[in-house]
Amino acid sequence: MSGPDERRDPQSVGRFDVPEQVPAPDAEPARRNGHRPAAQAAPTRTAAPTPTATPAATPSADEGDAGLPGGTEPAVSDRPGDHWDRKVANGLAFLRRRLSGDYEVDEFGFDSELTDAVFHPLLRLLYRDWFRTEVSGVENVPVDGPALVVGNHSGTVALDALILSAALHDKHPAHRYLRLLGADLVFRMPVVSELARKTGGTVACNPDAERLLGGGDLVGVFPEGFKGIGKLYADRYKLQRFGRGGFVSAALRTGTPIVPVAIVGGEEIYPMLADIKPLARLLKLPYFPVTPTFPLLGPLGMVPLPSKWLIEFCPPIPTAHLTDSADDPLVVFNLADQVRETIQQTLHTLLERRPDPFGP
Amino acid sequence: MTPGGTSGAPGVVVVTGVGRYLGAHVAARLAADPRIERVIGVDAPDSGTEFTDLLDRVERIRVDNGALGGLLADLDVDAVVHLALVTSPDPQHGGRSAMKDQNVIGSMQMLAACQRAPRLRKLVVRSSTAAYGVSFRDPAVFTEETEPREVPRGGFGRDILDLEGYVRGFRRRRPDVTATVLRFAPFIGSTADTTLTRYFSQPFVPTVFGRDPRLQFLHFDDALEVLHRSIVEDHPGTYNVAGPGVLSLSQAIRRAGRVAVPVLEPGLSGAAALARTMGFGRYGLDQVDLFVHGRVVDTSRLEQEYGFTPRSTAEAFEDFIRAHHGGVVVTRNQLAAAEQLVLDGIRQVRAAVRERSS
Repeated sequence: MSGPDERRDPQSVGRFDVPEQVPAPDAEPARRNGHRPAAQAAPTRTAAPTPTATPAATPSADEGDAGLPGGTEPAVSDRPGDHWDRKVANGLAFLRRRLSGDYEVDEFGFDSELTDAVFHPLLRLLYRDWFRTEVSGVENVPVDGPALVVGNHSGTVALDALILSAALHDKHPAHRYLRLLGADLVFRMPVVSELARKTGGTVACNPDAERLLGGGDLVGVFPEGFKGIGKLYADRYKLQRFGRGGFVSAALRTGTPIVPVAIVGGEEIYPMLADIKPLARLLKLPYFPVTPTFPLLGPLGMVPLPSKWLIEFCPPIPTAHLTDSADDPLVVFNLADQVRETIQQTLHTLLERRPDPFGP
Repeated sequence: MTPGGTSGAPGVVVVTGVGRYLGAHVAARLAADPRIERVIGVDAPDSGTEFTDLLDRVERIRVDNGALGGLLADLDVDAVVHLALVTSPDPQHGGRSAMKDQNVIGSMQMLAACQRAPRLRKLVVRSSTAAYGVSFRDPAVFTEETEPREVPRGGFGRDILDLEGYVRGFRRRRPDVTATVLRFAPFIGSTADTTLTRYFSQPFVPTVFGRDPRLQFLHFDDALEVLHRSIVEDHPGTYNVAGPGVLSLSQAIRRAGRVAVPVLEPGLSGAAALARTMGFGRYGLDQVDLFVHGRVVDTSRLEQEYGFTPRSTAEAFEDFIRAHHGGVVVTRNQLAAAEQLVLDGIRQVRAAVRERSS
């Protein structure tokens, strides 16, 4: 991809007599070498030849310079359109759009631009470099149309939901967003509630779930709720009760397939040794965790331990033939049990694949 | 169906609340419709004379709510449009107690009068999306079937719940009357003057810290259109009326070129309560709750039944911005210019660095 571009670079450099440019093409692949997905790198690369191939006068007609006579003189020697220039221009355009409100928010408050530009890059650092996450079975998540992704919850803080949504978005061929359903406690808290909405979350209730599924979205749900994330380290990877199975009836009513997903690694990030119940009651929280580092080390204890993560999507369970039994408790509980068993068994096989929780 | 009225359009229409902006415009529009014979505007005796030029073809009657009963029967009324609602306490006109008098007692008396009007066959009531209450467990989007989970703290929200309760009672007692309840999102537009338009007209806009509610607006002209169609056509039932789409509050403030000033929620509630007891400011707990929770409704039932889609929330807001461009702190052009300035600054610095090192 970068071959022809680099070859052309020294030519144009020669024309402008700026020898400093020589190390630049070197530096770029090194940076790219890191982890930028090919799909994202491609458009920036292919766009490059156009300005460099044209005569020196035309680059100033590039969108960045249009209508700015004052800045043309240095801008020409700067070659508008080089890598950093585009990065800066894109960043500034993004800031301008944010500050003038030129973006779209859907009826649940989901802000895809902000999610793509800010939240997913941060989560990418976390799941790729810190947790070394391996994702398998992504082909079990449909490319289009609705699906209900049901996972095991763990980790004292519901980080696994965010990691799952970011990893799925990056690894899935259609780069689908996972719309998470969260407990109402999340939406009671200022700031947190808005972060949840902006990244595509909404309150876990049947009307919202059915509306999202009816609109063809991918919905993520963790039926264990606080029982899952608030369990002690000794109980790791033991699935808790699945509540009333409200998620199953939402799937049945809309005829949506259920995709169970097993997440290994979340339990070790904040190993919860004890739960100070009186303090939790005082703070109106479902539990107050004590981990080896929290609250002992204070804010430092909030850094998650670098466990090794494995995420596996299981084959979808079709529900289209059961649409009429959405209110039948027997069908709902059976299906919930089936999902639960699938996740539990997948967890065991994944754990066998990962003998050392903090391995490479 | 009834004499003096063509295919659903009623002959004699009574509009309440013609002393206010919405009522005056609805009455004037109905009076201009040739299908309607007579438009009678009913108003409280102490109402102002702001809209008299608009109402030259409307017969105006100023009566107390208590005297309505006989009036409706005497006038042989076919349809009643009840718009006399006060959305926020006005300290100059009796504050909250006068507001409750108007919204709850006034509506009760109006419905009692309607019940006794023998020829009445259509009732259109203005309600609000505040009927859904506020709760953290609320679904993101309300449909007409959604039941409120918690009684709202704000006075207007409670009044609306009471009003809708009375309309339910009326429907039971007079099943022969086509009753339409329209749950309107907050009005906005180029000319309308409401609590929200005043709010967004300030250069610095207070918001609740850590909350960015999703809002919907309804363009005032679309509200008029829906009300008009409710009278000349038959649309029994309850409908959400709002501009499709959503603006978050921060986004709306940025689009209007204003500056948001986040305030901690207890502080804001306290300030609202203080302002109310001191008798100034029109912001109440209704507004605070709206700015904590936001409110989005589903309008598909309206679109199906009326065959009409109001302009989107973003378009309605755009129209409002165009009309209220004074007091803008940051304009779009300034932002674009700043962007260009920074971009060129960086280019120049980089070029200079490169030159020096060469």
